[in-house]
Amino acid sequence: MEATAPMAQEAGRRFEKVIQILDSHHRDRTRLVPILQAVQDEYRFLPEEVMTLVATSLGISPARVYGVATFYSHFALEPKGKYVIRVCDGTACHVKGSQDLVDALQSRLGLTGARKTTQDMMFTLETVSCLGACGLAPAMVVNEDVHGQVGPDQALEILDGIRQQEGM
Amino acid sequence: MSASETLTPGTLTIDGFKVPIQGERNLLEVIRKAHIELPTFCYHSELSIYGACRLCVVEVEGRGMIAACSTLPEPGMRVRTQTGPVRELRKVNLELLLASGDHDCPTCGKSGSCKLQSLAQRLGVDKVRFNAPRETKPLDTSSHGLVRDPNKCVLCGDCVRVCQEIQGLGVLDFTRRGSQVTVAPAFDKAMADVECVQCGQCAAVCPTGAITVRQDVDEVHAALNDPSKTVVVQVAPAVRVALGELFGLGDDTHVMGRTVAALRRLGFHKVFDTAFAADLTIMEEGTEFLARRAKGEKLPLFTSCCPAWVQFMEQEYAGELPHLSSCRSPQQMFGSLAKDTLPRELGIDRANLVVVSIMPCTAKKSEARRPEFAVEGSPDVDFVLTTQELGRMIQNAGLALGELEPEGMDMPFGFKTGGGIIFGNSGGVTEAVIRNVVGVLGEGPVLEQVRSTRGRRTAVLDLPGGEVRIAVVHGLANARELMEDVRAGREHYDFVEVMACPGGCSGGAGQPVALDSRTRQRRADSLRRLDASMDLRVSKDNSLVTQAYKDHLGEPNSPEAHRLLHTHYRIRRRIQGDGIALTEEGGARIPVSVCVGTSCHIRGSQKLLQALLHHVEDQELGEAVEIRATFCMEACDRGPSVRVAGHTLHRADLEAVKDLIAKALKGELEPTEAGHACH
Repeated sequence: MEATAPMAQEAGRRFEKVIQILDSHHRDRTRLVPILQAVQDEYRFLPEEVMTLVATSLGISPARVYGVATFYSHFALEPKGKYVIRVCDGTACHVKGSQDLVDALQSRLGLTGARKTTQDMMFTLETVSCLGACGLAPAMVVNEDVHGQVGPDQALEILDGIRQQEGM
Repeated sequence: MSASETLTPGTLTIDGFKVPIQGERNLLEVIRKAHIELPTFCYHSELSIYGACRLCVVEVEGRGMIAACSTLPEPGMRVRTQTGPVRELRKVNLELLLASGDHDCPTCGKSGSCKLQSLAQRLGVDKVRFNAPRETKPLDTSSHGLVRDPNKCVLCGDCVRVCQEIQGLGVLDFTRRGSQVTVAPAFDKAMADVECVQCGQCAAVCPTGAITVRQDVDEVHAALNDPSKTVVVQVAPAVRVALGELFGLGDDTHVMGRTVAALRRLGFHKVFDTAFAADLTIMEEGTEFLARRAKGEKLPLFTSCCPAWVQFMEQEYAGELPHLSSCRSPQQMFGSLAKDTLPRELGIDRANLVVVSIMPCTAKKSEARRPEFAVEGSPDVDFVLTTQELGRMIQNAGLALGELEPEGMDMPFGFKTGGGIIFGNSGGVTEAVIRNVVGVLGEGPVLEQVRSTRGRRTAVLDLPGGEVRIAVVHGLANARELMEDVRAGREHYDFVEVMACPGGCSGGAGQPVALDSRTRQRRADSLRRLDASMDLRVSKDNSLVTQAYKDHLGEPNSPEAHRLLHTHYRIRRRIQGDGIALTEEGGARIPVSVCVGTSCHIRGSQKLLQALLHHVEDQELGEAVEIRATFCMEACDRGPSVRVAGHTLHRADLEAVKDLIAKALKGELEPTEAGHACH
């Protein structure tokens, strides 16, 4: 089990990072949203106990943190994959066939509307309402990278590229 | 009507009539001052303004339709409250609320005291045209005192604000957005798994049946119908000034006597008074206070009658728990004394004696279930019914409460003094203690303070041996503020009374739903009148309490009194959860958890945890131990707490934790039941 040591390090490092995040925001409760954003960058979602830790550290109730975390669709309460693929399903992209994109990616990744993350925690597939890139419709974002005028075939190419990169 | 008449400064017109502005915070208050009871759901004068329900809409000339609650009154405003469009809008708003959930009145526990129901009647909503498709959400019946039914929630936020602003807890909040919005505890957990102390003020302000008092009437009926059981009942002081409201007898001074008659007709074998136990509480708590004062230790003494406050202390102020009076609440004193003495006197088995309480309180239901208030699993108080539930039992039996001839209570536990009666008001315990210690009824500045209705009032009582600094608070947010002042050394008190509910027990959540703000004051006044009408008003003059000491208890604070009338507290975690896994887990790894809850965090547990993670890494212990950050091992007074293979270390430092881990690795630790603290 070679992975043990790095994973242990990883979890410990994340925890330290959360403490750093809290400190860098001076444990100021009015900074809840940026704190949660930074925490999510670390964990790729907001684990329940980490939200409780944030609440405890800011002196607010866990219910308030949960309320904020569930309000913004940016925040995820379940673990997401290493690669989050967001396919735009705004009006322009929808008209330009974004559903075909979604269908292709779902079938390649073995996902459904209800199951959005692959079992190996590598990929999460979501649709979003508008990426503000209607000129590039249909558009798709993988983590921070935007891809414009993506057809189903190109989408699968992008996917395969990532898999290759990951040695899968 | 006189819309054209000139306005003097500082007035506005409402439906053509001039009304002065006298410092009201919003237009709604001005309109209500003019005796127009605009409908509202989300407006409570003691809470912040939310402006969600849109029922208080009015037309203001030049500004159109606006919500009166969130509009500042301005001189010269011309307000119309009853125009056609205003009526129509209110009605549509109400119709939309009715369509938004399960509002099937006949089967709802709130029916009869539901604001939604009464406003629908008042505004003449005779059909709901919208049919919103909706899924049924599950009920939360996890707690002893309250039931949450999200299907009946109209999202007014009253519960959210009362819990945050009055009780300082924030158990509930809005979650999700848009059509998915739900009011829920953190992480959608059950109420029993979060920091709720069961005060029930959320249920008291809820305008619908979304949060209601848990009903235990069926269990009591079953006991009454069981011929092998002897069922006795105790009635709390605050019940007698509120039960009448359900029968149109708000001002009837004979409600208690009539209630006794009703209880006998319902089949209760003996009817006793919690005020007797309150007199007993005063003897015990007064003695405890004087003893602590003589030794100069564990001051201030905090009263312990209010179970919501006790649980709040256990969750939030573990370090101050020794200051909490060790006295059980009157309900539990009664229960243990009754279960200890009555079986002998009545010649029955303890198992066949059923003690029922009638309480103004939802937290009492939870208190009665505490394991320390049971003897070999048999609880001292078997069932707790609220004033509301007793009202329902009486109605259910068809008894005309107002027509019943008043009857007296049974002896010995039916005998009380005025000191026991005023327990039902905020300040009452303090006043009764003062009476007992000073020995006379008094008037004057101290009692004036104690009797005022402010959130916190303080007074200095001159006693032989020096001054006694007293504070009385109601509402847990006020209590929290006081605790912080005491902790920081900003204030010094000797005696502090805390009641969680506004106004004390008479404002408890088990009372009939108070439809207006005057109700609470009326109940408080009624309790004072009852007190004034008593021959005996000082607890130590209760001759049957004296007799109980002679026959059973010895003297106040004696070992026997401690056995039956006192208790101990335990630190409680606020929220249930599994902790954060920080290393690879499973296999034969030794579990190590470090508490990162509030108290331990303040004592440096986050640093300790970091150091421990480095240790594990350096020593390559990743295969041998698993480390978790957890919340609260219920030892907040002795943090940081670390648990290694079931063995808990308090005031832990890195070296001690390393030692314990080393021992565990060598197999030198005694096995313990996993997950339990071991000292």
